[in-house]
Amino acid sequence: MPAPPATASPVRLHIVTGKGGTGKTTVAAALAIALAAGGRRVLLTEVEGRQGLAQLFDTPPLPYEERRVAVAAGHGEVIALAMDPEEALLDYLDMFYNLRRAGRMLKRLGAVDFATTVAPGMRDVLLTGKLKEAVDRKVDGRLVYDAVVLDAPPTGRITRFLNVSSEVGTLARVGPVKGQADSVMRVIRSSRTAVHLVTVLEEMPVQETVDGVAQLRAANLPVGHVVVNMRRAPYGLPARLPRATVTAGLKQAGLSTAKPLIEGLLSEAAELQSRLALEQRESEELDGLGVPVASLPLLAGPVDRGGLYRLAEELTAAGMARR
Amino acid sequence: MSTELPDQPFDVDAMLRTAKVIVCCGSGGVGKTTTAAALALRAAEQGRRTVVLTIDPARRLAQSMGLTELGNVPAAVKGVDGILDAMMLDMKRTFDEIVLDHSDPVRAKQILANPFYQSLSSSFAGTQEYMAMEKLGQLVAQNKWDLVVVDTPPTRSALDFLDAPQNLGRFLDGRLLKLLLAPARAGGKAYLKVVSTGLSVVTRTMTRIIGAQVLTDVQQFVASLETMFGGFRERADATYQMLSAPGTAFVVIAAPESAALREASYFAERLATEAMPLAGIVVNRVHIPSAPQLGAARSLAAAEALDERGGHPEVAELLRLHAERVTLAEREARLVDGFRRAHQEISLRRIPAFVEDVHDLDGLRAVGAALAG
Repeated sequence: MPAPPATASPVRLHIVTGKGGTGKTTVAAALAIALAAGGRRVLLTEVEGRQGLAQLFDTPPLPYEERRVAVAAGHGEVIALAMDPEEALLDYLDMFYNLRRAGRMLKRLGAVDFATTVAPGMRDVLLTGKLKEAVDRKVDGRLVYDAVVLDAPPTGRITRFLNVSSEVGTLARVGPVKGQADSVMRVIRSSRTAVHLVTVLEEMPVQETVDGVAQLRAANLPVGHVVVNMRRAPYGLPARLPRATVTAGLKQAGLSTAKPLIEGLLSEAAELQSRLALEQRESEELDGLGVPVASLPLLAGPVDRGGLYRLAEELTAAGMARR
Repeated sequence: MSTELPDQPFDVDAMLRTAKVIVCCGSGGVGKTTTAAALALRAAEQGRRTVVLTIDPARRLAQSMGLTELGNVPAAVKGVDGILDAMMLDMKRTFDEIVLDHSDPVRAKQILANPFYQSLSSSFAGTQEYMAMEKLGQLVAQNKWDLVVVDTPPTRSALDFLDAPQNLGRFLDGRLLKLLLAPARAGGKAYLKVVSTGLSVVTRTMTRIIGAQVLTDVQQFVASLETMFGGFRERADATYQMLSAPGTAFVVIAAPESAALREASYFAERLATEAMPLAGIVVNRVHIPSAPQLGAARSLAAAEALDERGGHPEVAELLRLHAERVTLAEREARLVDGFRRAHQEISLRRIPAFVEDVHDLDGLRAVGAALAG
């Protein structure tokens, strides 16, 4: 077997976070498609009960079941799973203790509610445990998934979500839950995992990204890429657009040169310029992080399947789908 | 554009004159905090003694309102022509205060030290919503202000804020809690005799999964909190009642995007079901072309004409950007119009997209003026 190329990436678990409204679900889906190219199988999961994947792929709500939602070049496939902490707990009981029936009973008693809501560390251990199971799952000695992509909780909560050992550590210092948390942590801290942060070039999302990177680093969690989503193409506008030029241009184009139209267009130009300046500042702030940055173009209209494939190509070009 | 339903304008100033409590709701990332702060500032400068409870303000906005200290009590905002107090919610501290107020010092100490309490008070999904309600109740009860404006936690669903107290109640009423309390009440091993085999299966199972120590911690936690449960539920119920009382106004914040409008729609329906008063919808970040007289198609055609003649490339680019903006504005208008048709009785205000975030009082004043129309 030939040695893998020097640039090969060992990452098999991609965790996609970002501030609400920056499009992290879209980026997670596009990344899954990019990773599936070349006949690979990729699991795309969500954990927040939002059914964001079903909406994005325009399918009926996803059950707690792995379902194919997209194909990629060379017979690759993307399988989606909407994870649910309750189901994950029942799964876990079944898998490790052969206790499905007792699990149902715990559920009737409200114990599942307790485990999944009151002790948030437990909830996160169940969800990340399910992720780890998917990463490691083998059938006939072969890995079932070449990669797993998670549409993760938002930046403000991501470190806590991933840092399950310390969360659970305050609740359970020894015992089976602690053991499970530690084994999940080993995968998440390893070079097999990368946490990507999605942002747009606006003040708050960038600030949250900067804070998020610092928190992940402080918790010793592996930072992957920063993905700048919905980036506008550079404008071909000069810094100053004289009124006379606009008047002459409109005249040549056969349009009215009435004052309100010219004023309106000039004020739009001025606004675009100040937006551009802001984006430039925010972009420099991200560059200062020392994290590779991938950019995705702003697509016209809502993102549809075609748009997802287009974004997948951009992510591949940015080196995020290397393996 | 002519086929669009005209807006029923949201009379924000009328609300600011009469409301006692204003609750700002909406899904994450639509500008709830800024809107809440702008409403509060405007009310204060119109002569009402106002306090605003914010949850998670952006750093620079927080600084400009003097919210850098985590005091968990309101402090006066400087530079306001009127009385405006502001505070940032400290979830854990609010919870700790409830514990301290409702149990004797020895028991309070036990509760505060319990690992499950620490986990519950700092990260229970719903604790933040519940504590926001709790704090709102406290501020209203203090009778110091004419108007209390509250921002709600940044959740995926605006409904979480309304559901949190019930969720907590459901947990407190749950059978599990009673089961966990059984050994503490019966004292030591005695409970093993009284519980049915079914229940002992459960405790055995739980011991196996979470370990005996954890189970003991949980039991202690539940037992020590038990005396406070009644109080918790009463307070949550009382705050919930207050939300449907006269003088309360809900403002739903959205953005001209399908997900945010869908969320606003759910929320409006829910308020109607609960007979809670929805004052109006604020649609933030609306793109409005400055030269609406030139349509997207004509603008693009003109840009192409210039390209062909090879003249004024910068004007061709300006026309293309204008077409893009008009197209975006039309898409947003269609989405908002769909919402308007489904909820014709709701008044609505569109706020233009600002290039930069708001980070000072003047910025908030400008937003306030836009809100008032």
